[in-house]
Amino acid sequence: MSLIEIKDLKVHYPIRSGFWNRITDSVKAVDGITFNIEAGETYGLVGESGSGKSTTGKSVVGLEKVTSGSILYNGKDITKRDNRRKLDYNRDVQMIFQDSLSSLNPRKRIEDIIAEPLRNFEHLSKDDEKLRVLQLLNIVGLDADALYKYPHQFSGGQRQRIGVARAVATNPKLIIADEPVSALDLSVQAQVLNFMKKIQREFGISYLFISHDLGVVRHMCNNIAIMNRGRLVEIGTREDIYNHPLHIYTKRLLAAIPETNVNQRVAHRASRLAVEKIYEEQQDKYYDENGMAYPLVQVSPTHSVALPETIAKQLASQEGEVQA
Amino acid sequence: MWKTILRRLLIMIPEVILLSVLVFLLAKAMPGDPFTGSINPKADPAQIKHLMEINGLNDPWYQQYWNWVVHLFHGNLGNSYQYQEPVTRLIEGRAGNTLWLAFFTMILTYAFALPLGVYAGRHEGKLPDTIIRFYTYVTFCIPVFVILVLGIWIFGYVLGWFPTTGSVSSDAQTWAQTVGSRFYHILLPSLLGALFGTVNIVQYLRSEVIDAKHSDYVRTARSKGVPSKDIYRHHIFRNSLLPIAAFAGYSITGLLNGSIFTETVFSYPGMGLLFVNSISYRDYTVITALVLIYGILNLVGTLLSDIILSIVDPRVRIE
Amino acid sequence: METESNFLNIKDVSTAFKIDGQFYDAISHINLQVQHDEILAIVGESGCGKSTLATTIMGLHDPAETKISGEIDFEGTDLLKLDDDGYNEFRGAKIGMIFQDPLSALNPLKRIEDQISEVMDYHTQMTKAEKHKRTLELLDEVGIVNPQRTAHQFPHELSGGMRQRVVIAIAIACKPDLIIADEPTTALDVTIQAQILDVLRAIQKENHAGIILITHDLGVVAETADRVAVMYAGQIVEQGTAEQVFNSPEHPYTRSLLRSMPQRDNEGDDLYVIKGNVPSLQKMPSTGDRFAPRIPWVPESAHEADPVMHEIAPGHEVRCTCYKTFQFPDEQKGSVTV
Repeated sequence: MSLIEIKDLKVHYPIRSGFWNRITDSVKAVDGITFNIEAGETYGLVGESGSGKSTTGKSVVGLEKVTSGSILYNGKDITKRDNRRKLDYNRDVQMIFQDSLSSLNPRKRIEDIIAEPLRNFEHLSKDDEKLRVLQLLNIVGLDADALYKYPHQFSGGQRQRIGVARAVATNPKLIIADEPVSALDLSVQAQVLNFMKKIQREFGISYLFISHDLGVVRHMCNNIAIMNRGRLVEIGTREDIYNHPLHIYTKRLLAAIPETNVNQRVAHRASRLAVEKIYEEQQDKYYDENGMAYPLVQVSPTHSVALPETIAKQLASQEGEVQA
Repeated sequence: MWKTILRRLLIMIPEVILLSVLVFLLAKAMPGDPFTGSINPKADPAQIKHLMEINGLNDPWYQQYWNWVVHLFHGNLGNSYQYQEPVTRLIEGRAGNTLWLAFFTMILTYAFALPLGVYAGRHEGKLPDTIIRFYTYVTFCIPVFVILVLGIWIFGYVLGWFPTTGSVSSDAQTWAQTVGSRFYHILLPSLLGALFGTVNIVQYLRSEVIDAKHSDYVRTARSKGVPSKDIYRHHIFRNSLLPIAAFAGYSITGLLNGSIFTETVFSYPGMGLLFVNSISYRDYTVITALVLIYGILNLVGTLLSDIILSIVDPRVRIE
Repeated sequence: METESNFLNIKDVSTAFKIDGQFYDAISHINLQVQHDEILAIVGESGCGKSTLATTIMGLHDPAETKISGEIDFEGTDLLKLDDDGYNEFRGAKIGMIFQDPLSALNPLKRIEDQISEVMDYHTQMTKAEKHKRTLELLDEVGIVNPQRTAHQFPHELSGGMRQRVVIAIAIACKPDLIIADEPTTALDVTIQAQILDVLRAIQKENHAGIILITHDLGVVAETADRVAVMYAGQIVEQGTAEQVFNSPEHPYTRSLLRSMPQRDNEGDDLYVIKGNVPSLQKMPSTGDRFAPRIPWVPESAHEADPVMHEIAPGHEVRCTCYKTFQFPDEQKGSVTV
């Protein structure tokens, strides 16, 4: 059984208009997505701004009111508040945010920030609590003198590590990392990513890694889902997605990643423009009449794509993938 | 847009009903009755009882409230016990005075505050800014009635430059004389009110200007080669004045509330003075009518602010 | 590299900011040239001074809070000697600037058309009708599908990519010789980023402009730049053509940066982490190699006492001599690097 099973999750926001302010339409931020996160793995959720990836992340933590569908944890649907409380779900699932400055309370010391989840869930004695906080700081590579400082006294990378320390304080099973390194410089990004991997190795934590940066996702994630306008367009392993992408949207995203290989830049640009041209011209092939992605179709045990079955198979055979 | 305004007006109906019930009950809850103090203390208690009875003051509250509302819709707010006059006529005669004073005070307030706020923001940290901020702190610290009393004593009694009571001189004969005299009577109270009521607008505008000065769009304008004075004219002023303009609706109601002090100190026959007098005489009918009017004006002011904002800010569009 | 075609010559420019009453160098002794028809990328991490360099060229600093020295020779004029009015002749006309955040870079209360034609108000004698026509042309040029409609819209009605196109339209309205783009794609999605970079390249070809592209994204640099200058702690540490810098990076900082990037071939491995932190402005050492504390295993003798730029190939310059012997710790042990 998977750690988390997301089934046909929908999050719609009502649009009100007219004289009586009645609900006339809705924004379908997340519109029926299904995927599983296995224990101990890093699952990548990729999409552009407005694709619904952050809304999905928030739904999994329980910060979003789900319109329909379910999120199963240990077989229980945690979109219901009662189940979340019974399972101690909010201890087992934690979150790391993109903006480390605004997500840490500026008036609290680091000791209190990291101890907050402990105080909510663990009820340790004062000494044990301090010991645990020091341990956590040690894990993310910060000195003990950080205890009595405030968030603004740290650099962006250090703050993000404090965010990681807070998230792992309760020994969670799953951490939702929403663009955890997007605001960081390259060298600091490397540091935070390394820490996330180290913690995963040591504590067997799973991550739902939400990002728009396909380079970072390739580095971190074994399984990846590509999200587009509230729906999933492709799911697969790192190999499936990066080496045998089937959906034009995935191809387009991949083609747009800037490459550091200067010698290939002309060829790379040409292939990007070629993909872009197909994307512009063949919208009706890859999307339904409403411009939305089709339901997912499985083309291999690990690989699914949102296309009509015949097209999916045809593309898969071109890519040399055999359907199981 | 008209739809939204209409909807807002409809929403105001339950608000006004709730307000009127509250106002009515509060007035009832006040100790004493309208006859205490105005009737010979040796008067026969039975006679007072009789007076209460014929005035309906012994009915249950909802009965009294209902009577009041029915009369209200007939344009009848009841009779003032104190003046023995219909409340409508009482207020009619004074509402104009109060609005006139409030309006003029508002114009003066903005006339002082806008240049001061902009100037302070533009020259942030320099001497003029320090002086302006000092001025606003001083005016903020001194209670308004102290200023009014001091003002009336110095300019009214000691120097004798301004009248100290009333809204128009009885000598005024022609139309021009009347207007002149009215103007003369409100000049001192509105000047004092404006000079000492600028603090909010000045401080707010100052920080808006400072924010705008450091904003990215001003940097863009500078990199377009727009000269500094034009940047202030075309970008900073307009953008900083926007929240102030939207604030105007609220500030009208603020001034109306402030009129209570001003009118009392200057014995200026407006709604504020009437209100204070009615409270001391337990003149329920007048109190309820006035509080209701002030309350409705507050609601209208809020609505006005929303409408102004939707007109001046393209980001806020009322559909 | 001082050739005839350099229309911008930045000579020994330092910009210092006032902090607690004292001046500290944010950039020190910068030497750079820009030619027509080229994209010069300035790459570095936050706090390295790359944006300060941009705003110094644009003359956007408050003279009371900054001290600028050196010379910026723009087509024969030393920009640093100009007063504000003199500078305004260049800003918008001969130098256009593109900013990072396209939402806040536009005035929220003005229509797009007014914001674009404002540049022309100050630098051209065009009539109203001509300016309107040019505005539509510009919007078309930056790839906006319906210029007529967009011209009448307000910034909040446009998407991020559209706003950045408008900002570019403003920057190129008067066909400037120099366009400074400060992190023009950082706030945008990758697909939009690619489109915006295409627009920049097309415009440059059209106008024969020189572009200074400021970014922290090595991928963007590798895809777009003709020449690259790498900045660390207020100094240029390496510069050369894109091929030189990416194919044979020499300075330890350039090499460290490239190594800390997640790449196709280092999946699953730990990424290289540069030791220590960038020093703050107040703690910046005035002598010695500023990068030395980040590579502590390199002996002091490998560094120059006062590192200067060395030309190691035509047009390829590296600061300090430590690059000659520099190796990463795992390379020293003889293990295979990935």
